[in-house]
Amino acid sequence: MAELTELLWIVAKIGAIIGPLIIAVAYMTYAERRILGWIQDRHGCNTVGPFGLLQPFADVFKLLLKEVTVPASANKFLFVVAPMLALMPALAAWAVIPFADGWVLADINAGLLYILAMTSLGVYGIILAGWASNSKYALLSTMRSGAQVISYEIAMGFALVGVLMTAGSLNLSDIVNAQAGAFWNWYWLPLLPLFVVYWISGVAETNRAPFDVAEGESEIVAGFHVEYSGSAFALFFLAEYMNMILISALATIMFFGGWYSPFTGIPVLGPMFDWVPGIVWFLLKTAFFLFCYVWFRGTFPRYRYDQIMRLGWKVLIPVTVVWLVVVAVFHITGFGPWY
Amino acid sequence: MRAVRDFVNSFLLVELLKGLSLTGRHMFRRKVTVRYPEETAPQSPRFRGLHALRRYPNGEERCIACKLCEAVCPALAITIESHEREDGTRRTTRYDIDLFKCIYCGFCEESCPVDSIVETRVFEYHMERRGENVIHKDQLLAMGEKYEQQLAADRAADAPYR
Repeated sequence: MAELTELLWIVAKIGAIIGPLIIAVAYMTYAERRILGWIQDRHGCNTVGPFGLLQPFADVFKLLLKEVTVPASANKFLFVVAPMLALMPALAAWAVIPFADGWVLADINAGLLYILAMTSLGVYGIILAGWASNSKYALLSTMRSGAQVISYEIAMGFALVGVLMTAGSLNLSDIVNAQAGAFWNWYWLPLLPLFVVYWISGVAETNRAPFDVAEGESEIVAGFHVEYSGSAFALFFLAEYMNMILISALATIMFFGGWYSPFTGIPVLGPMFDWVPGIVWFLLKTAFFLFCYVWFRGTFPRYRYDQIMRLGWKVLIPVTVVWLVVVAVFHITGFGPWY
Repeated sequence: MRAVRDFVNSFLLVELLKGLSLTGRHMFRRKVTVRYPEETAPQSPRFRGLHALRRYPNGEERCIACKLCEAVCPALAITIESHEREDGTRRTTRYDIDLFKCIYCGFCEESCPVDSIVETRVFEYHMERRGENVIHKDQLLAMGEKYEQQLAADRAADAPYR
């Protein structure tokens, strides 16, 4: 009986994470369209409901009502399984994210490793989707996507190594707690190069502009999901946006002090904002990074494929390795207020 | 020296930040979109939309079936047949415009000696059945009656430039 209640408890917690997440994805698409519109001196979607706020629901119902077509030459089993494979790791990674002090589904000690494993698995869904579609555009896209994700995974993993060296733990809650204090104690400042590398490779990992050669509307007509329609397409969409939110949440946890208030340690403002619960700060910081995603998309033109490879291997990885050495030296010599 | 500067600029993401600040400023600019069904763009008195046939104030139709519009129409969209009325004047029995052929050039209006065939400001119209693209004389006259006030005002506004 006790086991059953515990199981139900866990299921309820999972629901409490996934439900708001899906709503967040829906409103992320809305925010993206509004912000892109503003950047381009337009209004964006403003017709369905007040300020267009019901637009995401209209989109969801449209997608769910559409037919899922399977191409005649596709591998039917893989074609259907691929979107689920893309979505599953994107959802699973959220198990170890601490939303506030103690608000975490699975407080495991190898949290960072688990996150890296899950985000790496997501690419299988994309590769299988392109392969199973039996379409040249989809196949080209999976080749690009696979190479890109593998290259940037290295830079991203190395950047996070710097974080775990400084925090001395792989547990995400411990990493956040190690950053306790004012905002200049957060890791973005001592690990600034690593943060920049992490953020660039995070954008590349999620196949977002300016690294969206895997989708490349103008060259390979949407890439790996060109043959998908209806709810199968919706799953890919969900996975992509879920990954964006995950990368943003990770940036918050690793470099921006998770649930800690940015005003701590400032004379008047600090005590004024003491009553705000930690999750609010966590969500605000995550929302800021999501906004950056859209901002980048509205600003930067798409990288050429070989430029992406050059940036990943010849710039980001060397920068990370050099800064790791610097961090190690700082640690040994006990430099400054941070180490 | 230049190479060093370029390297520093791209390595420290200076140019990317410049781009971000530009788009960031545009985010708060005034939006230029015309929200069409609620707002409309201004129209000129010379706007060339759907056609109409006008009448004189005493109710007599202006068209004298001279067929100049039919002759000038570059798209051959106008078809006219005429007869002699009881009072001896020449009038049309048929005045058809095929809206699919019409290119809305306004030559018919230019050529008309009695300002009969004109183009209104109406541009929001549709057809629901095959064949409705050809509009007939009675429809054209009805359009003329409906929009006579605006048509007369627009002609008066444009008169000094003719």
